[in-house]
Amino acid sequence: MIQLASAASDHRGLTMTLFGLFVAATLGITIWAGRQTKDAADFYAGGRGFTGFQNGLAISGDYMSAASFLGIAGAIALFGYDGFLYSIGFLVAWLVALLLVAEPLRNSGRYTMADVLAFRMRQRPVRTAAGVSTIVVSIFYLLAQMVGAGSLVALLLGVSGEGAKRWTIVAVGALMVIYVAIGGMKGTTWVQIVKAVLLIAGTALMTVLVLAKYHFNLSSLLGAASEASGKGAAFLEPGLKYGTTGTTKLDFLSLGLALVLGTAGLPHILVRFYTVPTAKAARKSVLWAIGIIGGFYLMTLALGFGAAALVGPKAIKASNAAGNTAAPLLAQELGGGAGSTGGAILLAVISAVAFATILAVVAGLTLASSASFAHDLWANVIRRGKASEKEEVRSAKLAAVAIGAIAILLSIFADKLNAAALVALAFAVAASANLPTLLYSLFWKRFNTTGAVSSVYAGLITSVTLVIFSTVVSGGKNSLFPHSDFHWFPLENPGLVSIPVGFLAGWIGTLLSKETADQAKYAELEVRSLTGLGAH
Amino acid sequence: MDTPPAAEAAAADVQRIEEGEEFRGLRSAFRSFAFPVTIGFILWYLLYVLLSSYAPAFMATKVVGHINTALVLGLLQFASTFAIAAWYARYADRRLDPPAEAIRESHAPTAVHAPREAAE
Repeated sequence: MIQLASAASDHRGLTMTLFGLFVAATLGITIWAGRQTKDAADFYAGGRGFTGFQNGLAISGDYMSAASFLGIAGAIALFGYDGFLYSIGFLVAWLVALLLVAEPLRNSGRYTMADVLAFRMRQRPVRTAAGVSTIVVSIFYLLAQMVGAGSLVALLLGVSGEGAKRWTIVAVGALMVIYVAIGGMKGTTWVQIVKAVLLIAGTALMTVLVLAKYHFNLSSLLGAASEASGKGAAFLEPGLKYGTTGTTKLDFLSLGLALVLGTAGLPHILVRFYTVPTAKAARKSVLWAIGIIGGFYLMTLALGFGAAALVGPKAIKASNAAGNTAAPLLAQELGGGAGSTGGAILLAVISAVAFATILAVVAGLTLASSASFAHDLWANVIRRGKASEKEEVRSAKLAAVAIGAIAILLSIFADKLNAAALVALAFAVAASANLPTLLYSLFWKRFNTTGAVSSVYAGLITSVTLVIFSTVVSGGKNSLFPHSDFHWFPLENPGLVSIPVGFLAGWIGTLLSKETADQAKYAELEVRSLTGLGAH
Repeated sequence: MDTPPAAEAAAADVQRIEEGEEFRGLRSAFRSFAFPVTIGFILWYLLYVLLSSYAPAFMATKVVGHINTALVLGLLQFASTFAIAAWYARYADRRLDPPAEAIRESHAPTAVHAPREAAE
């Protein structure tokens, strides 16, 4: 905090200007996109007119959240190798989406994840379950971004005090509602594309600057990092964060499982596949995303070890205990250090990129959850499919305002929650509640409504309950309620238990129910998902 | 509910397509690639996660300079992810897209799909 606060006055004006430019440009795009948005397909799916490459960039923009850019760089800077493990899980997870989910989903759905889950089931119970789980996952994810935004914005802009932080959260929330309500999917996708390009350019610049300091020799960078860390060779080995006891090792396995299986169940990622015209374009967008995200995570390796070597863990921890400001501090150091003009400029640029990142991810999440509310819960469950398209889009816009307001309120009251734990929880809930149902729906002929509903609710309830009774909420130093202790679940991440529960519940629910699966509908789903025949 | 008239027309002979040899071939080409490869990369990833937790000495072995087994295996996860993605892209281009297109063309009720192809 000390180091940044002293530099704050130098770069605050510049950061504000750059960020203001980003907001102005994206608002311009949003208004332009809003004028082009005529029907529901435009609002929910951007008119399905994006190319594979554009959508690949937008997916990367949605996925490379503040947790990736600031969180992973910080975790590597503080915990060395253990921070890198996050990047690997986040990347490998894309293969599940590529091989099993992206193309069938694009072919068989229309606007939301529930379209696929409810395809051959009774609509109301399945859509209700899928809508609830979409909104729960998105709100956890949203909360993580908003909490991160609040503390980071306050820190990076040099404003201090609760009042400034709250106003920042309110401003971020208001902006995202504007993006979503006016621009719909078209506007949000372009915001993601702009943000992804900015983030990659900023990261690439810093990576080259770091590597240049070590003559492009990875080994000497690692050597310098382990020396500066004060932990020696252990800094480059697994175990600094997760290797201490049998329980933390299990927790690591649980986290690893949630990360690799969560991505293909994240609603705000799944709806991105609807923005392209064909399944082949959906495949291309995932291929681009794997390339872009993979390259980005490789660069965060250089940023994290670079921050450890050049800034040092002591200065990083002094600024933010969780390491969230490692990347901006590294930017300042690379530009010439605190107090130098170069340092101030680079810090301002990277801070503005970080804001853009948070804002864009938040907009993507709001869109996905309000779309699910309007299309699944409101139009199909409450109005039983009798709502007109206009009504449906209007209710999605109102839902965006409501979800924005809920996120703002929750963030203000929950700003002591650990942002990383919230993101990992969102992954665990998605992997437990959404992925089993999605895979069964697409590939298991016998799967029926009872199976789908039990799978979603069992996964959702188990994962959320286990988190409530873990040290994330009580009984730990960094808990939500550090002063009370009602935890009995020893792991922080519920995935190890709740993911198998989600899969088992879907299987048992199907077998116990007397209902027979609709064979004709399954044939239709199979043909449509593999060939695109009859796809929207 | 969510089905436009064009898709309903297609649904009429969908059962016939599903039972056809062409479609069965496409389905088995897809499943025989996607399922085993998914199991494979998940096991490979879990092996890596388990080694990180339970084989610290092996992971700490120095390979070159400050680069140890853990880092090499981690980078190999990146490499295998890129390789599997590229492999699937090639496989889909050759073995999945042509039969899917053939089925679509021979069964498409009207010109509904033509503009979609053009947009791609």
